[in-house]
Amino acid sequence: MDFNLSKRHLLMRDLCTKFAGAEVKPLAAEVDEQERFPHETVEKLARYGLLGIPIPVEYSGAGADNLAYAMAVEEISKVCATTGVIVSAHTSLCAAPVFENGTEAQKEKYLRKLAMGEWLGAFGLTEAGAGTDAAGQQTTAVLDGDNYILNGTKLFITNADAAHVYIIIAMTDKMKGTRGCSAFIVEKDFAGFSVGKKEKKMGIRGSATCELIMRDCIVPKENLLGKEGQGFKIAMQTLDGGRIGIAAQALGVAQGAIDITVNYVKERVQFGKRISQFQNTQFELADMQTTVDAARLLTYRAAFFKDRSEPYANYAAMAKLFASEAASDITRRCLQLHGGYGYTREYAIERMMRDAKITEIYEGTSEVQKMVIASHMKVN
Amino acid sequence: MKIIVCIKQVPNTNEVRLNQETGTLMREGVPSIINPDDLAGIEAALLIKDNVGAHVSVMTMGPPQADIALREALAMGCDEAYLISDRAFAGADTWATSSTLAGAAKLLGFDLIITGRQAIDGDTAQVGPQMAEHLRIPVISYAEEINATRDNITVKRQYEDRYQRIQANYPLLITALSELNEPRYMSVGGVVNAYEKEIRTLTYEDLKAYVSQENIGLKGSPTRVKKSFTKQPKGKGELHQVSDDESVSIIIQKLKEHHIL
Amino acid sequence: MSQSKDVLVFCEQRDGILQKVSLELLGEGRKLADTLGQNLVALLPGSGVENLCSTLIAHGADEVIHVDHPYLGDYMNEPYTKAMTAVLREGNYEIVLIGATAIGRDLAPRVAARVKTGLTADCTSLEIDGETRQLLMTRPAFGGNILATIICPEHRPQMASIRPGVMLAPVQDNTRKGIIRSFDANLKESDKNVIILETVRAAKKTKDITEAKILISGGRGTGKEGFAVLENVAQLLGGQVSASRAAVDEGFAPKDRQVGQTGKTVRPQLYMACGISGAIQHLAGMEESELIIAVNKNASAPIFDVADVGIVGDMHKILPKLITRLEAIANE
Repeated sequence: MDFNLSKRHLLMRDLCTKFAGAEVKPLAAEVDEQERFPHETVEKLARYGLLGIPIPVEYSGAGADNLAYAMAVEEISKVCATTGVIVSAHTSLCAAPVFENGTEAQKEKYLRKLAMGEWLGAFGLTEAGAGTDAAGQQTTAVLDGDNYILNGTKLFITNADAAHVYIIIAMTDKMKGTRGCSAFIVEKDFAGFSVGKKEKKMGIRGSATCELIMRDCIVPKENLLGKEGQGFKIAMQTLDGGRIGIAAQALGVAQGAIDITVNYVKERVQFGKRISQFQNTQFELADMQTTVDAARLLTYRAAFFKDRSEPYANYAAMAKLFASEAASDITRRCLQLHGGYGYTREYAIERMMRDAKITEIYEGTSEVQKMVIASHMKVN
Repeated sequence: MKIIVCIKQVPNTNEVRLNQETGTLMREGVPSIINPDDLAGIEAALLIKDNVGAHVSVMTMGPPQADIALREALAMGCDEAYLISDRAFAGADTWATSSTLAGAAKLLGFDLIITGRQAIDGDTAQVGPQMAEHLRIPVISYAEEINATRDNITVKRQYEDRYQRIQANYPLLITALSELNEPRYMSVGGVVNAYEKEIRTLTYEDLKAYVSQENIGLKGSPTRVKKSFTKQPKGKGELHQVSDDESVSIIIQKLKEHHIL
Repeated sequence: MSQSKDVLVFCEQRDGILQKVSLELLGEGRKLADTLGQNLVALLPGSGVENLCSTLIAHGADEVIHVDHPYLGDYMNEPYTKAMTAVLREGNYEIVLIGATAIGRDLAPRVAARVKTGLTADCTSLEIDGETRQLLMTRPAFGGNILATIICPEHRPQMASIRPGVMLAPVQDNTRKGIIRSFDANLKESDKNVIILETVRAAKKTKDITEAKILISGGRGTGKEGFAVLENVAQLLGGQVSASRAAVDEGFAPKDRQVGQTGKTVRPQLYMACGISGAIQHLAGMEESELIIAVNKNASAPIFDVADVGIVGDMHKILPKLITRLEAIANE
């Protein structure tokens, strides 16, 4: 058992801290305020290998591991949760399933571009009637000669109108239920594919969350990811990995909130004292930091087991459950320590509190995580 | 083309605080960084590498902990790194430091050496020009723009009230200002590679053919630090509620006291 | 160690105009020479600048060594190094002072390396040790957080570069007498080891406010026109204008000028807050400045809690008067 990060991971963190501080943080308030997707940041993320962190060098990735990836999402999310989820959705929900399930030809064609960040990726599972109950897919895929014809609408898709390529889950055989689901690699320029309305959200407002609409969308059959009928399994495995990303995002938001609050309480004077001198402040922050450290250990553990190719779904669910609830709770308490100033948009804590909430919802709500954990405990 | 970049690991002086009671510097927990001017030097070398092709070596003189600064340079894209470290080099002032670095440069061979103008902990700006002297090569200090070709180099050299465009042939030493460029970050792939490379440590044994024992370490240093002390913490400020003319006189007097006028 | 004695000051001129720091160093050099009971020698390299020699004597030099050569017109490292080294080798100097300018900081280290002696950079005070007669050279380090006193016990001359603006230039005395001597440094074509393609007289490009030594800062109460006034003060003091968040929000100043928790943290030598009340988020970004002068109408403004010098008054009335005084000083 060793709790020390390797020198390489420490240097990785240093890189991410510098990048996030200089390139991401200055835009955080603006992209939130204007609900603007930070395209310029995505280009820079690509340049420094941050869009292909755990993808091997042979597929034009950076050749680092999932722990490094989790740390990167954490560092970026400390200053901007929007940018954090852009990286996470791209990497975990698009590049990873192609890497894990794709044919050599698919990896050559799509993974390389994704890993270099030349293309941004997204993932379409959720539908109006298939949220937590993902098995209720209505989107269909029908084989017609050399192509599948996709019809249906996906909802709440992160990176939607910024992405070039999507992993889309659709029913190839409705009779078989979840075993009738298949996964497809769909390019935004495929005939019949379009991006629908953009959601107005409470938080992570810079990330483009939209509908994906497929009307007789023509997908070449070589773009089937895995085999017919494996779609649901691929989706669930993809979400297992995605949960490490979201846990890291939540962890970053929580730690970022504590960091700015520590600075604030050392400056703010009330009753003739810096508020950091009040025991309530000290106890609150001590309590929160302990929670965040626990969230970090859970998150890194999940990444560690994924890196060792050992089962990690249960660990990822625990990390995501704990870190996301911690993020919501901690940002709320940090805002309270800011007092009235914290409620104004002058201070980042207001944004962080809004950003935190989604981590309890997407890529499996807290309740879904509990289902996963309970089933691993064989409580059923 | 062979480029050597000299860097120094320094405490981030923006984060150095004084212990008001003891008057000592609180260096604990202060992160070490690559000196900002040196970082610009690395970027300048990497740009030359990108544009005309070059092999970039980075070197630093310091304790084994300076390894991390060299790894960072490798992760940015430098090709190889050298740590000049030996007890014999300890206690060096700028004279001995520059002669030691010059010795290492002779050992490695070079067309171009880039150093930062000055380090934020010492602020002397002496090591670059002195290295050039020990190597008997031209120096161009205060570079705020560099245009290199395979044959020669043109530097925009900054002064307080002017700039010059200076052209020179190799070999040459340039001292870089942080205004020179926006240094790139390490890349993720660069970090992965940085720890696969070996950093070679150069001791006096390695350099002795190029620099004599009289010119290194404490012995090779003409200057000594007699004492160091911290500034007196400033007391409570003063508040004046006087006529506008008197107010102006107070401001002028304060500016003079602080050598601003 | 050879018997060294005199104090030498390198006198810097640009385009035939003597730099102010040279006069400051003559003032300081005079004091040191008097303490040691030695002569003060001024070294003046240049091309066609003989007319400056008498000025140097009038400011305290006993002797001026004038090295006149076409290669010493525009500053170039090697010809200047060679000339200065030749002068140092010809004489016996105990102390050599040089201004810590963009020229002095390029030339002095190379000369010190060539003659093998110590050089202390960017000194802010000099003193002769009563016992050892050594020069005690004090300089800031660690971004000004500590001061170190440096000595050069066994090598001569003891060389120091001095920060411009810290020593007092003496009052000119045209009745002073001194020797003017020409010196041939034997410069050759090959000493010009680089080619100066062009020299352009222009102030440095605008720096980031975090690097500025002097900041004149305004707030909501400063107003758009007030900021033009601040710009004027900043120019006269060689500084830059910064702003509080309120002023940035009002559009008086661009965002990259904002000081404070949501702007930039600055630590200049002088921070002059004009019409800034001092919200905590602003104070967090500037309270570590070396000298803080605050001008505000409200005597209970929080800015006065961190100010070294607080002026209760209207900046719109005080600053124009300050500008008049600064202009008068500049014209002196």
